[in-house]
Amino acid sequence: MGSKLLEINHMKKGFDGKGVLEDISLSVEEGEVVSIIGPSGSGKSTLLRCATMLEQMDGGELIYQGQKAAWEKTDKKGNTKCVYATKEQMRQIKKSFGLVFQNFNLFPHYTVMKNIIDAPVSVDKVPRKEAEERAWKLLRQLGLEDKAEAYPFQLSGGQQQRVSIARALALQPKILFFDEPTSALDPELTVEVLKVIKELAKEHMTMIIVTHEMQFAREVSDRIIFMEQGLIQEQGTPEQIFSSSNARVRDFIGKMNA
Amino acid sequence: MVIASILSQLLEDIQGMILSLASFMVTFFPQLAEGFLVTVQIFVLTLLFSMPLGMIIAFGRMSKIRLIRTLSKVYISVMRGTPLMLQILVVYFGPYYAFGIKMGSGYRFPAVIIAFVINYAAYFAEIYRSGIESMPVGQYEAAQILGYSKSQTFFKIILPQVFKRVLPPVTNETITLVKDTSMAFTISVAEMFTIAKQIGAAQTSIMPLMAAGVFYYIFNLIVAFVMESLEKKFSYYR
Repeated sequence: MGSKLLEINHMKKGFDGKGVLEDISLSVEEGEVVSIIGPSGSGKSTLLRCATMLEQMDGGELIYQGQKAAWEKTDKKGNTKCVYATKEQMRQIKKSFGLVFQNFNLFPHYTVMKNIIDAPVSVDKVPRKEAEERAWKLLRQLGLEDKAEAYPFQLSGGQQQRVSIARALALQPKILFFDEPTSALDPELTVEVLKVIKELAKEHMTMIIVTHEMQFAREVSDRIIFMEQGLIQEQGTPEQIFSSSNARVRDFIGKMNA
Repeated sequence: MVIASILSQLLEDIQGMILSLASFMVTFFPQLAEGFLVTVQIFVLTLLFSMPLGMIIAFGRMSKIRLIRTLSKVYISVMRGTPLMLQILVVYFGPYYAFGIKMGSGYRFPAVIIAFVINYAAYFAEIYRSGIESMPVGQYEAAQILGYSKSQTFFKIILPQVFKRVLPPVTNETITLVKDTSMAFTISVAEMFTIAKQIGAAQTSIMPLMAAGVFYYIFNLIVAFVMESLEKKFSYYR
């Protein structure tokens, strides 16, 4: 295990005064695979959305590779709120992570190839040829070589999700977040996507995965986090979590496996 | 026996009408064609200016600044809520009533264009807005995560998809515009309808107007064909 890639300290987030994340602290090291499990409404997705800055957090600290993305500031009146890094710093910070969505969010008007190379070319200014070579490598790796010129609507859900993984990887992030990557897929397609994630884990890609697939989480994770009511209730190795003495954790895993 | 004779009479009448319509179209083709050119000018200029203006108004309508949002909303409401014919009259006579400026008859054509542009821009604005707002939020979020700037997101990801989504309502509006150009007769701009009406009055016949109707119909067939081809061109993705 290497250096700390992500550090979250006392993250808080509420919607309309209702607390969703109460106080989350979490750090992830290079090469680590962390799964987040827990019942619906426990704040898993909100945690991911705050960590990827799709949502602004209300309190706490967010640090990528030692660089502060967000921190607390108290104004003269004594109100505490979160401030974010400048636009320029943020551009740097955002390069360190990617996110795979539950419902893919591919760009429907672009071919698979264009979906993968457009961000590297027009955001990171990677030469087109290099971006294409990178894309072909990813497509081969994910078994999508013959789909480069297809449009997303011509693909199965599993293929679409693999393309969206390729799209995220094309920007060469340090950390890859997955927000319930198989929830929109049937069991057969789920298997092919999980296989890809397992292969990434073998290559020591740092990943944080929100999932309901218990067996998968057990196989792939270095650490599992159980969340409920906006708090991390328990965390540990898969063995520790699956043999937890915490009745609530045991109950949840039992129900999910049933 | 009686029915048969009535029927054959009716058939003859229809034949006569078609013949007189055809002969009329041949005789007055040059005059109508001249008016038709003006009609096409109104049509093209209105589209050319109202489509981009509509985009600006749509942005105003979705602005974060409340004042701009309210102003755009009121503008759209007034433009859609009052007759186009009245708007043409207001634009034409407005300078005189408001400032006492007398505009010559050369102002007639520009007045028609201004009135059409500001009217159609309101409709286009609402079409664009509904198109932009129908885009799934996931498209914006994916773009944000991938590092696209706000303008890149809009021009590369959102706008091309909005364009495809708004094509059917834009087609509707464009077809309506072809027919609405006839309202330029309100201030005697010599477009096709105005000319057909003048000839019709001189000859006490409805045929000139029917002939104009044929022109409008053919024009709209072409418009529909062009828009359909555009829609087909964008059907490579869903």
